[in-house]
Amino acid sequence: MLNGRRTRLDVHPMKRLLDVLREECGLTGTKEGCGEGECGACTLLVDNRPVNSCLVPVAHVAGARVMTIEGLRGRHPLQRAFVEHGGAQCGICTPGMIMAAVAVGRKPALDQIRTGLAGNLCRCTGYEAIYRSVMRAR
Amino acid sequence: MIRADLLQRSRLEGLQGSKSADRVPAFVPSDNRLMTRSRRLNAVGRNVLRKEGIEKVTGTVRYIDDLSFPGMLHARTIRSTIPAGEIVGIRLNFDTDGFTIVDHRDIPGRNVVALIEDDQPSLAARAVRHVAEPILLLAHPDRDVLRSADVEIEYRQTPPQYDAGTSPAIFKTIAIDKGDVEAGFRAADVIVDGDYRTGHQEQLYIETNGVIAVPDPAGADHGITVYGSMQCPYYVHRALKILLGLPDEKVRVVQTETGGGFGGKEEYPSMIAGHAALLAWKSGRPVKLVYDRVEDMLATTKRHPGVIRHRTGVTRDGRLTAMDIDVLLDGGAYATLSAVVLSRGVLHATGPYGCDHVRIRGRVTMTNTPPNGAFRGFGAPQTQFATEVHIDRIADRLGIDPVRIREVNALRPGDTTATGQRLGADTSALQVLREAVKRTGFKRRRRQLSRGLTPGSDPSRTRPLRGIGLSLIFHGSGFTGGGEVKLASRASLALTERGARILVASTEIGQGTRTMHAQIVAETLGIPYDAVEVNAADTGVVPDSGPTVASRTCMIVGRILQRCAEEMKARLGRMTPKQYLRAHGPLMITKEYERPAEMRWDDAMYRGDAYGTYGWACDVVELEIDRDTWEVKPVMFTSVHEIGRPIHPLLARGQIEGGSAQGLGYALLEEVVMRDGRMANAQLTNYIIPTTLDTPPMDIVMLGIPYPHGPFGAKGVGEMPIDGPAPAVVNALRHAGIDLREIPATPERVMRGEVSSFES
Ligand code: FES
Ligand code: FES
Repeated sequence: MLNGRRTRLDVHPMKRLLDVLREECGLTGTKEGCGEGECGACTLLVDNRPVNSCLVPVAHVAGARVMTIEGLRGRHPLQRAFVEHGGAQCGICTPGMIMAAVAVGRKPALDQIRTGLAGNLCRCTGYEAIYRSVMRAR
Repeated sequence: MIRADLLQRSRLEGLQGSKSADRVPAFVPSDNRLMTRSRRLNAVGRNVLRKEGIEKVTGTVRYIDDLSFPGMLHARTIRSTIPAGEIVGIRLNFDTDGFTIVDHRDIPGRNVVALIEDDQPSLAARAVRHVAEPILLLAHPDRDVLRSADVEIEYRQTPPQYDAGTSPAIFKTIAIDKGDVEAGFRAADVIVDGDYRTGHQEQLYIETNGVIAVPDPAGADHGITVYGSMQCPYYVHRALKILLGLPDEKVRVVQTETGGGFGGKEEYPSMIAGHAALLAWKSGRPVKLVYDRVEDMLATTKRHPGVIRHRTGVTRDGRLTAMDIDVLLDGGAYATLSAVVLSRGVLHATGPYGCDHVRIRGRVTMTNTPPNGAFRGFGAPQTQFATEVHIDRIADRLGIDPVRIREVNALRPGDTTATGQRLGADTSALQVLREAVKRTGFKRRRRQLSRGLTPGSDPSRTRPLRGIGLSLIFHGSGFTGGGEVKLASRASLALTERGARILVASTEIGQGTRTMHAQIVAETLGIPYDAVEVNAADTGVVPDSGPTVASRTCMIVGRILQRCAEEMKARLGRMTPKQYLRAHGPLMITKEYERPAEMRWDDAMYRGDAYGTYGWACDVVELEIDRDTWEVKPVMFTSVHEIGRPIHPLLARGQIEGGSAQGLGYALLEEVVMRDGRMANAQLTNYIIPTTLDTPPMDIVMLGIPYPHGPFGAKGVGEMPIDGPAPAVVNALRHAGIDLREIPATPERVMRGEVSSFES
């Protein structure tokens, strides 16, 4: 399941999930920042858990539910909050950051946010605006 | 992949909401009192919604790597593996069928990355000056085939030069003299010396450098368009014209959404754009060249390492009588922007202090390491680190408190800087200092922590060491010296049915250019913020507004736009835009930078008004040092900034928070390990930037004293936040008993710092 839709793909099983989404599915919202699992720009949800899609061969998600930023359809409260509270500056980390924040769950405490987003690098915000966005998302 | 024509369409629509964005429900004001419905007037000073915010949070905005063109090739750069020498032979150990291969002989124009000196080749012909210097370019439709191509290069090596201090090749020297420094030393009660060192720093924008070059469909000799991630489209435009030997109108450069710059996309994109263009030129097909992280770190510019020596005369009660400062920067292999970085460095070398007798000598030299270049702060973080640590050491020596010594010497309105610039009423060093001290209870907190630190108070040494320190800094807004006059930047405003469209070459790189410019125009015209569109930074359409650097985009370009809007408003009179367009046809207003009448600058003597004005800031850091691992953890960070009147307080705050985090990384974590002229840790696994867990809570204050020549009283903000954190950290370390003169303050250095302080 990709963003709630049953999806069949004919690709090499070892191709990175990140590349399959970006190149085969036209879903370019998921970004590459490092390709080695360090920056979190490629974060998406696999069965509701955050995963670095640059490290995952597509075969690993056969039968799983994959959710990317496009799957939130612009309706998630976090998306609105990131615009209102300055959580997105250059925006390149934003899709991954929002997906990681979705996984943190509703009404998190600041410490939970810090821990939950520790694998997502942002070079622009110093994270403060991201915390404000996540805490104020309703 | 998204087709590029979609990009162009969304650009032409003035970056209005995309399809998925349309489904986002209307935003309503939230608990943030400054938040407003964007329909309201009075755009300036309000936190209106970022122009491209919706596209960014929905993942629909297109960065360069999200774009694709029909028939596009992928490209790869073959780089030198030695730091110095000559190329003797090149062997292609692969089937070249289907490849486009470019070397220096394929360059139709001049083989230079045109900037200031034109000393850097686009592709090395024979001489190699640094590791990762580009030599050969390959393009192929299939990325896997491209990756597997094996190229062997044979070299004759020559001894490399790694020490900037002994390097005979000097890119630039600058001297600043004020008063008589020897007389100043004679008047001193105490003389304090100190040497300070700062390391490289990688900008580490999360989006790596990348471009796509597209030859004109009628054939490459008809012209070329380059799309890419960049700060300065007109720098790239000029470099391409010279490289390809083309006239103005045959080269078009279009900025795509840019995932961070921090100076790292100021001059470097001219290099990568040239490479993609050469391949596109030869193949006649679109060519995409996007670096992976390792290549980006190995090959692209970094912050100049610095060695700064201070010798300072001071009276017993803490007044500075003489400042003798020597600044050495390591330029790396080519001149890039080094001369200008040095300029900003020396112009900030005294810190925000007044002193009648000053001598500054600056020098930037060549080494066989990858060229260093622009990075937020641009020389000022290096020199102000030294000054601020030195000032604390002087206070220690005199036995006075670090706040007191700064109060005594801080520049005040009417004082003169080292270049003789008489400062205006917006000189706020004392205000930011006092506000920061009051807010943090600095003096009390310092005493409390000092008690905890007295020998014997914690004999078991189980508790972490704690310290608190501060820094006071300033930062010139806009270009150095006469730079703004030379740039003669232009901005245009076109009347539209709904309102106006902004045409500037200033780029949005995350800092909020589009939003803040639209606010200035909306406010001036008295129309809603939503009625102002911003054109893409496309050299085919927009005038040259100068580069997006030097904290100039708001204060300088914003002011030109404000003047355009003033004239448009006068032309409109009582007509609506629609009525005007119907009656008179299209209206486009273009204005050029005008120097404030009283500004004077002598570039030969380095005398006069170095900058239009300055921002002022005071940072306070409290930190903890683990006694086992020697890791330093900042626990609280406070910053008081005076940046004139912020146009968009939330965006301005975002600049301060983000720049401060980057400054804390510079202070503590970010170490570029150069081994044999090569960055040995060119990976995110071992070049560490701050994560959520490394970044302390931040208390940010903006004083907002209007500056008369800025648009609605605004000054620059982008760079200053990175100047203060490093010295505040090192001063806090000294307070905790650790004497460091060098950053980053890694555990190894902190450990050594403690040993030496025990010895002294
Ligand atoms: S790109 Fe996957 S973690 Fe950086
Ligand atoms: S907003 Fe630029 S990296 Fe996070």
